[in-house]
Amino acid sequence: MLRYLIEKEFKQTFRNAFIPKMILAFPFMVLLVFPWATNQEIKNINVTVIDRDHSAWSKRLSEKIGASTYFNLAGYADSNDEGMITVEDGKADMLLDIPPDFEKNLVNRGETSIMISANAVNIMKGGLGSGYMNAIVQDFAGEIRAEIIPASGKTGLPLIQVIPQGRFNVFLDYKVFMIPALIVILMTLLCGFLPALNIVSEKEIGTIEQINVTPVRKFSFILGKLIPYWVIGLFVFTLTLGLSALIYGLVPQGNLLTIYLSVLVYITTVSGLGLLISNYSSTMQQAMFVIFFFLIIFILISGLFTPISSMPHWAQVFTYFNPLRYFIEIMRMTFLKGSGFMDIWRQLAALAACAFVLDGWALISYRKSH
Amino acid sequence: MIIKIDNLTKCFGDFTAVDHITFSVGKGEIFGFLGANGAGKTTAMRMFCGLSKPTSGEGRVAGYDIAKQPEMVKKNIGYMSQKFSLYEDLKVWENIRLFAGIYGLDGKQISRKTDITLKRIGLMNEKNTLVKELPLGWKQKLAFSVAIFHEPKIVFLDEPTGGVDPIARRQFWEMIYEAAEKGITVFVTTHYMDEAEYCNRVSIMVDGRIKVLDTPGRLKDRFHAKNMDEVFRQLAR
Amino acid sequence: MIMKKKNNSQFFAFVRKEFYHIFRDVRTMLVIIGIPVIQILLIGFAISTEVKNVEVAVYDPSNDEVTNRIINQMDASEYFNVTRRLKSANEADEVFKKGQTGLVVVFCEGFGERLYHTGDAAIQLLIDASDPNHGTTVSSYAGSVIAGYQQELLQETNVPVRINPEIRMLYNPEMRSAYNFVPGLMGMIFMLVCAMMTSVAIVREKESGTMEVLLVSPVKPIYVVISKLVPYFIISWVIFIIILLLSVFVLGVPISGSLVWLNIFALIFIIVALSLGLLISTVVKTQVAAILASGMGLIMPVMILSGYVFPIESMPPILQWISGIIPARWFVSGAKKLIIEGVPVRFVLKEMLILLGMAILIITVSLRNIKTRLE
Repeated sequence: MLRYLIEKEFKQTFRNAFIPKMILAFPFMVLLVFPWATNQEIKNINVTVIDRDHSAWSKRLSEKIGASTYFNLAGYADSNDEGMITVEDGKADMLLDIPPDFEKNLVNRGETSIMISANAVNIMKGGLGSGYMNAIVQDFAGEIRAEIIPASGKTGLPLIQVIPQGRFNVFLDYKVFMIPALIVILMTLLCGFLPALNIVSEKEIGTIEQINVTPVRKFSFILGKLIPYWVIGLFVFTLTLGLSALIYGLVPQGNLLTIYLSVLVYITTVSGLGLLISNYSSTMQQAMFVIFFFLIIFILISGLFTPISSMPHWAQVFTYFNPLRYFIEIMRMTFLKGSGFMDIWRQLAALAACAFVLDGWALISYRKSH
Repeated sequence: MIIKIDNLTKCFGDFTAVDHITFSVGKGEIFGFLGANGAGKTTAMRMFCGLSKPTSGEGRVAGYDIAKQPEMVKKNIGYMSQKFSLYEDLKVWENIRLFAGIYGLDGKQISRKTDITLKRIGLMNEKNTLVKELPLGWKQKLAFSVAIFHEPKIVFLDEPTGGVDPIARRQFWEMIYEAAEKGITVFVTTHYMDEAEYCNRVSIMVDGRIKVLDTPGRLKDRFHAKNMDEVFRQLAR
Repeated sequence: MIMKKKNNSQFFAFVRKEFYHIFRDVRTMLVIIGIPVIQILLIGFAISTEVKNVEVAVYDPSNDEVTNRIINQMDASEYFNVTRRLKSANEADEVFKKGQTGLVVVFCEGFGERLYHTGDAAIQLLIDASDPNHGTTVSSYAGSVIAGYQQELLQETNVPVRINPEIRMLYNPEMRSAYNFVPGLMGMIFMLVCAMMTSVAIVREKESGTMEVLLVSPVKPIYVVISKLVPYFIISWVIFIIILLLSVFVLGVPISGSLVWLNIFALIFIIVALSLGLLISTVVKTQVAAILASGMGLIMPVMILSGYVFPIESMPPILQWISGIIPARWFVSGAKKLIIEGVPVRFVLKEMLILLGMAILIITVSLRNIKTRLE
């Protein structure tokens, strides 16, 4: 019985004018456009320098900033007001205000101050930008120090050397961080929401009534709806693996078997969610809005682009009920760090629990009669 | 008795759509279930098919309780709804294969019977046509064939001939007679009163109750009417 | 004159009918109001990019007074929680793979000794850089905690050549993420309500054939269409006010610019969104197509290419160029200036003109489509 239902679903899907194209186009779009668009890499920060000292050292500092990979020297200004205008115009993101007597004070008093102003509307840019700027300024101070007191390293001062080293994403490529998570979003849309819209459209057309009056078991009917999307989901996932290896050279570090197992558990989970929504919607418009509602909330608290550890405790509690959170964690861990089954089993178990609840609820709430 | 309904009632909130109806239908009978729009025909029929749970009362269809064993009822009936409901984006043979498969027929049986059926209803040339490309009259013939493909004991037809021309309706009724001769009980709702004349017995429903139930001939005598249309007008005033 | 009056009352009858349709579907209404409210709350109170409570693992072979003080200072800062001691530096990757730890601090052997005698005391900071921004921030915070301790050590002996930076965060001194999201949120909701709902509502009437009924009535076709747009225009504006009130009173976003201009600017964008909905409804035939077209063609681009969450300037030029044809991009950039930076209206003149131009263009095209369809 199940065979006939699956057969029907495949025929309908591939006969549709739009859906097969979408299934193919989607992975390409997600992998070709999204990683670039969601790139939060902070580079090319434009800086206006307000140089009130016009000394050799102040020039050297400005040039050092312009030469770094993070900053572009947007220009010079003579006053704070003039500098602020460049920020308001969007020509500059940061101001570096070098006071008069900058060089003189450094030589005579051994210390001076400067002011760094960052446009913090984009807090990522403001925060990281001012951090980078400070690092360059301190580096500059070190250079000067080495020049005027050549032996500063061996003066007997207790200095600590700090050696930072990034692991797993050594080139600090933000795209590499986003790709595994974007694949999660793709799988969610494909395996969760397409089947939901499919079922609701059968409701609207009325064909579901013809099915309900047959002795088909609801379990078979639902499986008949979901299995094709699972197959499509696994196909698309494999496609994205290939694409990400080909385009970005990003190959999963972890065990492929573990990854595919997690994918299977996840698509069971989201298709349960989709079913649930379709059970409670009678029109496509309703289903669409409800889907949208959940999708937005789930994405916002999934850790997709803001770390979960930065959330307040109550919000972190909410994320325990968010299947996206677990799958994004699993994907990032297995893709980037090569975490194995023993590292991710907690997340996987949580996902399986979500699947159990959602699918069970969907099965119970699906009614052949009213 | 293949259908036995006893005091069956369905309420939606405080509105009573079907109000204590009682009747029975014998094997091989063509039973016309008449009534104006909104009289409760479709609601009653949905209960008989196990699509809707009765509020109170009892009913047995093909020997099974419609409230307690709806899935057993469904195994033994065929159903064709007023809203045409085959899959428009499947081909003619694919629709047959799907529904026959759901009723548990095996693949070989299906393909053999498909050709026989299609030849009989004259749609053999359209075997590979998408259903959405067929004219309405053909679609309805096909839907009826699909509904009786698994040889159910009873077939429920909910306004099967809505919107088609008199010739197509005539052909459709010939198919109904053929099915009845094979021993399939036909339970049909319609609002074409000329069609009521073709039935063995008819009931007329008004405001959720069955007002009369008898053969068309006897009903005409009782109401001194020339045809069923006049009978209906007198009752549904 | 009488005809005109009659036309007017029929027009309002149509508008009323449209409102009935909208309010009858309680669930959709709840979702439309719910999305902005919940988003504002989550954005304001739940999500943030601040680095806090990063779990730290320590490998400390020397275990002396100095290393213990550094570890204690780290643990005491709001950024870090020291949760784990490692037995060897090789354990670092294993710990990272478990996913919780964000930073591993590795001290060299005999750290205290070396600090005072050989001068080559080193701390290695191993950072989980799978999230590069988070990783960089963690590294710089850890560096500053260590620098703070260094300063304590050097209290007596002043290091020469010190530059003390004063860092000022313009427009958003408390570094609240919410500021960033409010304009984008507005843009997305307008697309949802104006473009998606309008197109679906019009197409539904086409699908069910009721559009024909309206069009054969004595009211001019253009009024029929406008009467469908009016309710969504009003709802959008109400939602705009709700978002503004929530932003000010719940999130504490100060509206620094002119309220009048902000409203005018928003209304221009609402008109653009409505005309996009109208345009879609003139092109597609089914509700599903309308949903997919507005979902994929309007809402998705707003979410990723308008500068809502992801800054446009970090995109490659081709995407920046594409984002230029997305109306929401101009709305977001203008609204950011008006709401957050509070600049005078002349600074958003460009955005306003672009949006007006888009509105005129889209309306012209869709009116032409309607005309050809009717004839």
